Amino acid sequence: MDQAIVVEHLTKKFGTYFAVQDISFTLKRGQTMGLIGGNGAGKTTTLAMIMGLTIPTAGHARVLGYDMTKHRHQVLSRMNFQSPYVAMPGRLTVRENLNVFGRLYNVKNLQDRIAMVVYDLGLGELFNCETGALSAGQKARVSLAKALLNSPEILVLDEPTASLDPTRSLWVRELLKNYQREREATVLMTSHNMLEVEQMCDSVAIMHNGKILAIVATATLRAQYQGMELEKIIELFAGRQTATVK
Amino acid sequence: MKIARSIGRIGAMTLRYWYVLQKSWPRMLDLVYWPTVNMIVWGLLTIYFNEHRSLFNDTVSILLGAVMLWDVLLRGQLGFTYSFLEEIWSRNVANIMMSPIKPIELSLALMLMSFIRLIIGMAPVTMLAIILFGFNIYSLGLPLIAFFINLILLSWALGLVIAGLVLRNGQSAEGFSWSVMLMLLPLSCVYYPVSTLPQWSQPFAWMLPTTYVFEGMRELVLYQTFRADLMLWCLLLNAIYLALGVLILQLLIESARKKGSILAMGE
Repeated sequence: MDQAIVVEHLTKKFGTYFAVQDISFTLKRGQTMGLIGGNGAGKTTTLAMIMGLTIPTAGHARVLGYDMTKHRHQVLSRMNFQSPYVAMPGRLTVRENLNVFGRLYNVKNLQDRIAMVVYDLGLGELFNCETGALSAGQKARVSLAKALLNSPEILVLDEPTASLDPTRSLWVRELLKNYQREREATVLMTSHNMLEVEQMCDSVAIMHNGKILAIVATATLRAQYQGMELEKIIELFAGRQTATVK
Repeated sequence: MKIARSIGRIGAMTLRYWYVLQKSWPRMLDLVYWPTVNMIVWGLLTIYFNEHRSLFNDTVSILLGAVMLWDVLLRGQLGFTYSFLEEIWSRNVANIMMSPIKPIELSLALMLMSFIRLIIGMAPVTMLAIILFGFNIYSLGLPLIAFFINLILLSWALGLVIAGLVLRNGQSAEGFSWSVMLMLLPLSCVYYPVSTLPQWSQPFAWMLPTTYVFEGMRELVLYQTFRADLMLWCLLLNAIYLALGVLILQLLIESARKKGSILAMGE
């Protein structure tokens, strides 16, 4: 099975509003794709449908060959995700949180694995601190530790460095890139950061109003739109679409 | 292997709730405080009744027994629901729903936690009842186990439905965890026999497993008779309600996934 994520005509309608409208793309094993777009573009809803947390109105998402609407439990132990909008229990220490999630994912040699992710993400000093007492950046690193705990083949990241300072962001991106390369993991991520997209992604899906305007190789994006901000690029593609419709 | 993994996941969730509970003395105190207050208030009330109007000799046993057994139902349900609400309050629902844990495994972990919370809450209260009022609920003997099992099963069935409603409708459905028990109270015949209810309402009372438990308890205290028939009917009703609870939870999870509310709970 070469295809890790297959999305076909995926649509989500809330009442009369289309959050995601007839999108399709395929992500091969070991590839990293970025979903970029402004607020309300449909990025998070797309991720939610791919993870099986939201049932699509039409179309389907398959992960490692499994339909995520009906058979998500077949594949969830091989996936993981991180989002700044989802928190870890604040009253539990970092150690307790990783212990619980490690057991939920049936991670073998759990204590060794915890020690490894704690080391990788520089969480040693925070290990026995309550998660709720940590700064936003520290919480983001704990969430990333959770996301890497089961060594997932599929990693879904919603704005992974949104709450990190530039130095930490760079460091985390390097860490994720290394993980992706060593594990040959497939990564699907959303981002508002052009540098992040350039550093981490093989390709980028540009989303606007629930639709994918274009899927572009990062190398092309870099060559054609160097120095341009992500918002400008999205505007440019959205403008082209409007012009085409006219 | 599958069962071992499943047990591992159930253990993980139980551990998660235990971590929160054991480090929070207000929560621990809360488990013991309300049943204690209930027992003391009703104990004093029944002493007053005994001293001033000797209705019958077993007033203390009847009322205190009823209070404690009602608390098994109430605390059992709250223990189940509150453990689940921990996930909502900590914006952790999506993490749990994205993990390999299945709804039935999560339900079993919540049941286990409800049992643990109940034991922590009720054990000291039963001891206090012996010390303060000379009422030993354990003197009911083995039937007490039948009452306990039937009440906790119903509390879990209700907990499943409330957890599903919260998942489907968000925190606005939290209020159900308290109100549902108040709705059941009048028809459950906790402090009076079914025969005191208006004729038309009695069939509805017999649809509730609680009615069988409290009727059974009164028979035991007043006539020293254990009504196994009542307990078997009760168990049958509980099996139906528990199965319905699991089914309704499953349907509400599906509905929440259609509505897209699971990830939104983190926002």
